[in-house]
Amino acid sequence: MTPSQNTSNLTWTLLFLCWLTAMIATLGSLFFSEVMLFPPCVMCWYQRICMYPLAIIFLVALLSNDKNVFKYAMPLVLLGLFFAIYQNLLYYGILPEAAAPCSQGVSCTSDYINWFGFITIQLLSLVSFVTVFTLLIFLKRKAS
Amino acid sequence: MKKQTLIIASLFTLVLLFVGGSYLYKNADHSVTGEKTTALMRPHAYVLGNPNAKTTIVEFFDPACGTCKSFYPFVKNILKQNPDKLKLVLRYAPFHTDSYYVVQMIEAARLQGKYLEAIEVIYKYQDKWASHGTPNIGLIWGFLPEVGIDIDKLKDDMKKPEIDALIKQDIADTKTLGVNATPEFFVNGKPLTKFGYKELQALIESEL
Repeated sequence: MTPSQNTSNLTWTLLFLCWLTAMIATLGSLFFSEVMLFPPCVMCWYQRICMYPLAIIFLVALLSNDKNVFKYAMPLVLLGLFFAIYQNLLYYGILPEAAAPCSQGVSCTSDYINWFGFITIQLLSLVSFVTVFTLLIFLKRKAS
Repeated sequence: MKKQTLIIASLFTLVLLFVGGSYLYKNADHSVTGEKTTALMRPHAYVLGNPNAKTTIVEFFDPACGTCKSFYPFVKNILKQNPDKLKLVLRYAPFHTDSYYVVQMIEAARLQGKYLEAIEVIYKYQDKWASHGTPNIGLIWGFLPEVGIDIDKLKDDMKKPEIDALIKQDIADTKTLGVNATPEFFVNGKPLTKFGYKELQALIESEL
Protein backbone atom coordinates (compact mmCIF):
# COMPACT_ATOMS: atom_id res chain seq x y z
CA MET A 1 0.00 0.00 0.00
CA THR A 2 1.41 3.40 -0.94
CA PRO A 3 1.59 6.20 1.62
CA SER A 4 -1.09 8.13 -0.30
CA GLN A 5 -3.41 5.15 -0.20
CA ASN A 6 -2.74 4.89 3.50
CA THR A 7 -3.71 8.51 4.05
CA SER A 8 -6.81 8.13 1.96
CA ASN A 9 -7.83 5.06 3.96
CA LEU A 10 -7.37 6.99 7.17
CA THR A 11 -9.40 9.95 5.92
CA TRP A 12 -12.10 7.56 4.86
CA THR A 13 -12.16 5.93 8.29
CA LEU A 14 -12.30 9.31 10.04
CA LEU A 15 -15.12 10.43 7.79
CA PHE A 16 -16.91 7.15 8.33
CA LEU A 17 -16.68 7.64 12.11
CA CYS A 18 -18.02 11.19 11.72
CA TRP A 19 -20.98 9.84 9.81
CA LEU A 20 -21.57 7.07 12.33
CA THR A 21 -21.58 9.57 15.20
CA ALA A 22 -23.98 11.89 13.38
CA MET A 23 -26.26 8.98 12.50
CA ILE A 24 -26.36 7.66 16.06
CA ALA A 25 -27.01 11.17 17.38
CA THR A 26 -29.78 11.74 14.84
CA LEU A 27 -31.54 8.43 15.38
CA GLY A 28 -30.99 8.64 19.14
CA SER A 29 -32.59 12.07 19.38
CA LEU A 30 -35.47 10.93 17.19
CA PHE A 31 -35.90 7.96 19.49
CA PHE A 32 -36.17 10.26 22.52
CA SER A 33 -38.76 12.52 20.90
CA GLU A 34 -40.74 10.15 18.68
CA VAL A 35 -40.67 6.89 20.61
CA MET A 36 -40.19 7.92 24.22
CA LEU A 37 -42.20 11.09 23.50
CA PHE A 38 -39.94 13.56 25.32
CA PRO A 39 -40.73 16.99 23.90
CA PRO A 40 -37.52 18.64 22.64
CA CYS A 41 -36.63 22.02 24.15
CA VAL A 42 -35.59 25.06 22.13
CA MET A 43 -31.88 24.41 22.59
CA CYS A 44 -32.39 20.81 21.56
CA TRP A 45 -33.97 22.00 18.31
CA TYR A 46 -31.03 24.25 17.50
CA GLN A 47 -28.67 21.33 18.00
CA ARG A 48 -30.87 19.10 15.87
CA ILE A 49 -30.76 21.67 13.07
CA CYS A 50 -26.98 21.31 13.09
CA MET A 51 -26.76 17.55 13.62
CA TYR A 52 -29.37 16.17 11.21
CA PRO A 53 -27.83 17.63 8.03
CA LEU A 54 -24.45 16.28 9.12
CA ALA A 55 -25.78 12.72 8.94
CA ILE A 56 -26.57 13.32 5.27
CA ILE A 57 -23.57 15.51 4.38
CA PHE A 58 -21.12 12.92 5.73
CA LEU A 59 -22.86 10.13 3.87
CA VAL A 60 -22.72 11.99 0.56
CA ALA A 61 -19.06 12.85 1.17
CA LEU A 62 -18.31 9.20 1.95
CA LEU A 63 -20.02 7.92 -1.17
CA SER A 64 -18.51 10.52 -3.49
CA ASN A 65 -15.13 10.42 -1.73
CA ASP A 66 -15.21 14.21 -1.30
CA LYS A 67 -12.07 15.74 0.21
CA ASN A 68 -13.75 19.11 0.82
CA VAL A 69 -16.16 17.90 3.46
CA PHE A 70 -14.36 19.82 6.21
CA LYS A 71 -15.35 23.11 4.62
CA TYR A 72 -19.06 22.59 4.66
CA ALA A 73 -19.40 20.30 7.69
CA MET A 74 -17.36 22.38 10.14
CA PRO A 75 -19.70 25.41 10.27
CA LEU A 76 -22.58 23.16 11.31
CA VAL A 77 -20.39 21.36 13.83
CA LEU A 78 -19.19 24.64 15.35
CA LEU A 79 -22.68 26.01 15.62
CA GLY A 80 -23.98 22.81 17.18
CA LEU A 81 -21.01 22.69 19.52
CA PHE A 82 -21.75 26.24 20.62
CA PHE A 83 -25.36 25.40 21.52
CA ALA A 84 -24.32 22.15 23.19
CA ILE A 85 -21.73 23.88 25.37
CA TYR A 86 -24.18 26.64 26.22
CA GLN A 87 -26.89 24.19 27.20
CA ASN A 88 -24.54 22.13 29.35
CA LEU A 89 -23.35 25.27 31.13
CA LEU A 90 -27.01 25.98 31.90
CA TYR A 91 -27.62 22.42 33.00
CA TYR A 92 -24.72 22.33 35.40
CA GLY A 93 -25.75 25.70 36.76
CA ILE A 94 -22.58 27.49 35.61
CA LEU A 95 -24.80 29.93 33.74
CA PRO A 96 -28.00 31.05 35.47
CA GLU A 97 -31.14 29.74 33.75
CA ALA A 98 -32.79 33.16 33.95
CA ALA A 99 -30.45 34.24 31.18
CA ALA A 100 -31.61 31.38 28.97
CA PRO A 101 -34.06 31.90 26.11
CA CYS A 102 -36.04 28.84 27.06
CA SER A 103 -37.90 29.61 30.25
CA GLN A 104 -41.26 28.95 28.60
CA GLY A 105 -42.51 25.59 27.51
CA VAL A 106 -40.03 22.79 28.01
CA SER A 107 -37.11 23.70 30.18
CA CYS A 108 -33.69 23.23 28.64
CA THR A 109 -32.46 21.79 31.88
CA SER A 110 -35.08 19.12 32.51
CA ASP A 111 -33.82 15.64 33.24
CA TYR A 112 -35.56 13.27 30.91
CA ILE A 113 -32.94 10.64 31.25
CA ASN A 114 -30.25 10.25 33.84
CA TRP A 115 -28.24 7.12 33.24
CA PHE A 116 -25.64 6.12 35.80
CA GLY A 117 -26.25 9.43 37.51
CA PHE A 118 -24.53 11.61 34.92
CA ILE A 119 -25.55 10.74 31.36
CA THR A 120 -28.20 13.22 30.25
CA ILE A 121 -29.50 14.10 26.79
CA GLN A 122 -27.65 17.40 27.09
CA LEU A 123 -24.38 15.58 27.77
CA LEU A 124 -24.93 13.06 24.97
CA SER A 125 -25.37 15.91 22.50
CA LEU A 126 -22.20 17.62 23.69
CA VAL A 127 -20.24 14.37 23.42
CA SER A 128 -21.45 13.84 19.84
CA PHE A 129 -20.49 17.34 18.72
CA VAL A 130 -17.09 17.14 20.44
CA THR A 131 -16.47 13.75 18.79
CA VAL A 132 -17.36 14.98 15.31
CA PHE A 133 -15.35 18.16 15.88
CA THR A 134 -12.24 16.23 16.93
CA LEU A 135 -12.54 13.73 14.10
CA LEU A 136 -12.92 16.52 11.55
CA ILE A 137 -9.83 18.32 12.85
CA PHE A 138 -7.81 15.09 12.44
CA LEU A 139 -9.29 14.60 9.01
CA LYS A 140 -8.31 18.12 7.94
CA ARG A 141 -4.72 17.51 9.13
CA LYS A 142 -4.42 14.18 7.34
CA ALA A 143 -6.03 15.37 4.14
CA SER A 144 -3.90 18.48 3.71
CA MET B 1 -14.92 -5.45 3.75
CA LYS B 2 -15.52 -3.10 0.88
CA LYS B 3 -16.17 0.47 1.88
CA GLN B 4 -19.58 0.63 0.26
CA THR B 5 -20.63 -2.59 1.95
CA LEU B 6 -19.52 -1.24 5.31
CA ILE B 7 -21.62 1.90 4.82
CA ILE B 8 -24.70 -0.04 3.80
CA ALA B 9 -24.24 -2.55 6.62
CA SER B 10 -23.91 0.25 9.18
CA LEU B 11 -26.93 2.08 7.82
CA PHE B 12 -28.93 -1.11 7.92
CA THR B 13 -27.82 -1.95 11.47
CA LEU B 14 -28.64 1.53 12.77
CA VAL B 15 -32.08 1.61 11.20
CA LEU B 16 -32.76 -1.90 12.46
CA LEU B 17 -31.72 -0.87 15.98
CA PHE B 18 -34.04 2.12 15.77
CA VAL B 19 -37.04 0.17 14.53
CA GLY B 20 -36.38 -2.77 16.86
CA GLY B 21 -35.82 -0.44 19.80
CA SER B 22 -39.07 1.39 19.07
CA TYR B 23 -40.94 -1.88 18.90
CA LEU B 24 -39.49 -3.14 22.17
CA TYR B 25 -40.06 0.20 23.89
CA LYS B 26 -43.67 0.46 22.77
CA ASN B 27 -44.48 -3.08 23.82
CA ALA B 28 -42.67 -2.92 27.13
CA ASP B 29 -44.63 -2.63 30.35
CA HIS B 30 -44.55 1.03 31.36
CA SER B 31 -46.85 0.64 34.36
CA VAL B 32 -46.21 2.95 37.21
CA THR B 33 -44.70 0.85 39.99
CA GLY B 34 -43.03 1.09 43.38
CA GLU B 35 -42.66 4.46 45.03
CA LYS B 36 -44.19 6.21 42.04
CA THR B 37 -47.66 4.78 42.72
CA THR B 38 -48.09 7.20 45.60
CA ALA B 39 -47.54 10.03 43.10
CA LEU B 40 -50.39 8.72 40.99
CA MET B 41 -53.09 9.09 43.60
CA ARG B 42 -53.14 11.54 46.43
CA PRO B 43 -55.89 11.62 49.04
CA HIS B 44 -56.58 15.26 48.15
CA ALA B 45 -57.48 14.49 44.53
CA TYR B 46 -61.09 14.82 43.40
CA VAL B 47 -62.70 11.47 42.57
CA LEU B 48 -65.58 10.93 40.17
CA GLY B 49 -67.54 7.71 39.86
CA ASN B 50 -67.60 4.87 42.33
CA PRO B 51 -64.83 5.47 44.91
CA ASN B 52 -64.56 1.72 45.52
CA ALA B 53 -64.31 0.81 41.86
CA LYS B 54 -61.69 -1.70 40.82
CA THR B 55 -60.53 0.25 37.80
CA THR B 56 -59.02 3.67 38.31
CA ILE B 57 -58.42 6.26 35.63
CA VAL B 58 -56.04 9.01 36.65
CA GLU B 59 -56.19 12.07 34.45
CA PHE B 60 -53.68 14.89 34.57
CA PHE B 61 -55.22 17.96 32.97
CA ASP B 62 -54.72 21.63 32.37
CA PRO B 63 -57.86 23.82 32.32
CA ALA B 64 -56.37 25.86 29.45
CA CYS B 65 -55.68 22.79 27.32
CA GLY B 66 -58.03 22.33 24.38
CA THR B 67 -57.49 18.59 24.13
CA CYS B 68 -58.34 18.22 27.84
CA LYS B 69 -61.58 20.01 27.13
CA SER B 70 -62.49 17.64 24.31
CA PHE B 71 -61.56 14.56 26.32
CA TYR B 72 -63.64 15.62 29.32
CA PRO B 73 -67.10 14.67 27.95
CA PHE B 74 -65.62 11.54 26.40
CA VAL B 75 -64.22 10.26 29.69
CA LYS B 76 -67.34 11.31 31.56
CA ASN B 77 -69.39 9.28 29.11
CA ILE B 78 -67.27 6.16 29.67
CA LEU B 79 -67.79 6.64 33.41
CA LYS B 80 -71.52 6.87 32.89
CA GLN B 81 -71.51 3.59 30.98
CA ASN B 82 -69.67 1.79 33.79
CA PRO B 83 -71.01 3.42 36.94
CA ASP B 84 -69.87 0.68 39.33
CA LYS B 85 -66.60 -0.44 37.87
CA LEU B 86 -64.84 2.85 37.18
CA LYS B 87 -63.53 5.85 39.00
CA LEU B 88 -61.78 8.91 37.65
CA VAL B 89 -59.16 10.73 39.69
CA LEU B 90 -58.56 14.30 38.56
CA ARG B 91 -55.06 15.70 38.91
CA TYR B 92 -53.59 19.00 37.78
CA ALA B 93 -50.83 19.60 35.29
CA PRO B 94 -51.00 23.40 34.95
CA PHE B 95 -48.43 23.77 32.17
CA HIS B 96 -49.92 26.80 30.41
CA THR B 97 -49.30 30.37 31.46
CA ASP B 98 -51.62 31.36 34.32
CA SER B 99 -53.17 27.88 34.55
CA TYR B 100 -51.98 27.77 38.14
CA TYR B 101 -54.48 30.49 39.06
CA VAL B 102 -57.28 28.77 37.19
CA VAL B 103 -56.55 25.62 39.19
CA GLN B 104 -56.69 27.72 42.36
CA MET B 105 -60.15 28.87 41.28
CA ILE B 106 -61.29 25.28 40.70
CA GLU B 107 -60.00 24.17 44.09
CA ALA B 108 -61.63 27.15 45.81
CA ALA B 109 -64.90 26.32 44.05
CA ARG B 110 -64.62 22.84 45.52
CA LEU B 111 -64.95 24.39 48.98
CA GLN B 112 -68.34 25.67 47.82
CA GLY B 113 -69.28 22.23 46.55
CA LYS B 114 -69.04 23.41 42.96
CA TYR B 115 -65.99 21.50 41.74
CA LEU B 116 -67.32 19.95 38.55
CA GLU B 117 -69.50 22.97 37.88
CA ALA B 118 -66.41 25.18 37.94
CA ILE B 119 -64.46 22.86 35.61
CA GLU B 120 -67.35 22.63 33.21
CA VAL B 121 -67.97 26.35 33.00
CA ILE B 122 -64.23 27.01 32.63
CA TYR B 123 -64.06 24.50 29.78
CA LYS B 124 -67.23 25.91 28.25
CA TYR B 125 -65.70 29.35 27.82
CA GLN B 126 -62.15 28.15 27.22
CA ASP B 127 -62.07 29.66 23.72
CA LYS B 128 -62.74 33.06 25.22
CA TRP B 129 -60.30 33.19 28.14
CA ALA B 130 -57.55 30.84 26.95
CA SER B 131 -57.06 32.11 23.42
CA HIS B 132 -53.66 31.08 22.15
CA GLY B 133 -50.70 32.97 23.47
CA THR B 134 -52.69 35.59 25.37
CA PRO B 135 -54.66 33.97 28.17
CA ASN B 136 -57.03 36.34 29.90
CA ILE B 137 -58.07 34.53 33.04
CA GLY B 138 -59.72 37.68 34.36
CA LEU B 139 -62.67 36.82 32.13
CA ILE B 140 -63.34 33.70 34.20
CA TRP B 141 -64.73 35.79 37.08
CA GLY B 142 -67.60 36.70 34.81
CA PHE B 143 -68.42 33.09 33.94
CA LEU B 144 -68.30 31.43 37.36
CA PRO B 145 -71.46 33.06 38.84
CA GLU B 146 -73.36 31.29 36.04
CA VAL B 147 -73.13 28.07 38.09
CA GLY B 148 -73.79 29.80 41.38
CA ILE B 149 -70.24 30.30 42.60
CA ASP B 150 -69.76 33.08 45.13
CA ILE B 151 -66.86 35.10 43.71
CA ASP B 152 -65.98 36.98 46.90
CA LYS B 153 -65.68 33.79 48.89
CA LEU B 154 -63.77 32.19 46.00
CA LYS B 155 -61.20 34.98 45.95
CA ASP B 156 -60.65 34.57 49.69
CA ASP B 157 -60.39 30.79 49.52
CA MET B 158 -57.93 30.87 46.63
CA LYS B 159 -55.35 32.33 48.99
CA LYS B 160 -55.50 29.32 51.31
CA PRO B 161 -52.08 27.73 51.77
CA GLU B 162 -53.57 24.21 51.60
CA ILE B 163 -54.74 24.89 48.03
CA ASP B 164 -51.28 26.10 47.14
CA ALA B 165 -49.71 23.02 48.72
CA LEU B 166 -52.10 20.73 46.87
CA ILE B 167 -51.31 22.23 43.46
CA LYS B 168 -47.59 22.16 44.15
CA GLN B 169 -47.90 18.50 45.09
CA ASP B 170 -49.65 17.77 41.80
CA ILE B 171 -46.95 19.59 39.85
CA ALA B 172 -44.27 17.66 41.72
CA ASP B 173 -46.10 14.43 40.87
CA THR B 174 -46.18 15.29 37.16
CA LYS B 175 -42.39 15.44 37.34
CA THR B 176 -42.12 12.15 39.21
CA LEU B 177 -44.38 10.43 36.71
CA GLY B 178 -42.87 12.08 33.65
CA VAL B 179 -46.12 13.74 32.64
CA ASN B 180 -45.10 16.37 30.11
CA ALA B 181 -48.21 16.86 28.01
CA THR B 182 -51.90 17.10 28.80
CA PRO B 183 -54.16 15.30 29.10
CA GLU B 184 -52.21 12.32 30.39
CA PHE B 185 -54.13 9.23 31.40
CA PHE B 186 -53.14 6.30 33.57
CA VAL B 187 -55.51 3.36 33.85
CA ASN B 188 -54.66 1.19 36.85
CA GLY B 189 -51.18 2.65 36.71
CA LYS B 190 -50.72 1.97 33.01
CA PRO B 191 -50.02 5.08 30.97
CA LEU B 192 -51.69 5.67 27.63
CA THR B 193 -48.72 5.02 25.35
CA LYS B 194 -50.37 5.94 22.07
CA PHE B 195 -52.59 8.96 22.40
CA GLY B 196 -56.14 9.02 21.08
CA TYR B 197 -59.81 8.46 21.91
CA LYS B 198 -59.86 4.90 20.61
CA GLU B 199 -56.61 4.06 22.36
CA LEU B 200 -57.92 5.39 25.66
CA GLN B 201 -61.15 3.47 25.30
CA ALA B 202 -59.23 0.29 24.48
CA LEU B 203 -56.94 0.74 27.48
CA ILE B 204 -59.91 1.27 29.81
CA GLU B 205 -61.76 -1.72 28.40
CA SER B 206 -58.71 -3.94 28.80
CA GLU B 207 -58.62 -3.02 32.49
CA LEU B 208 -62.33 -3.43 33.21
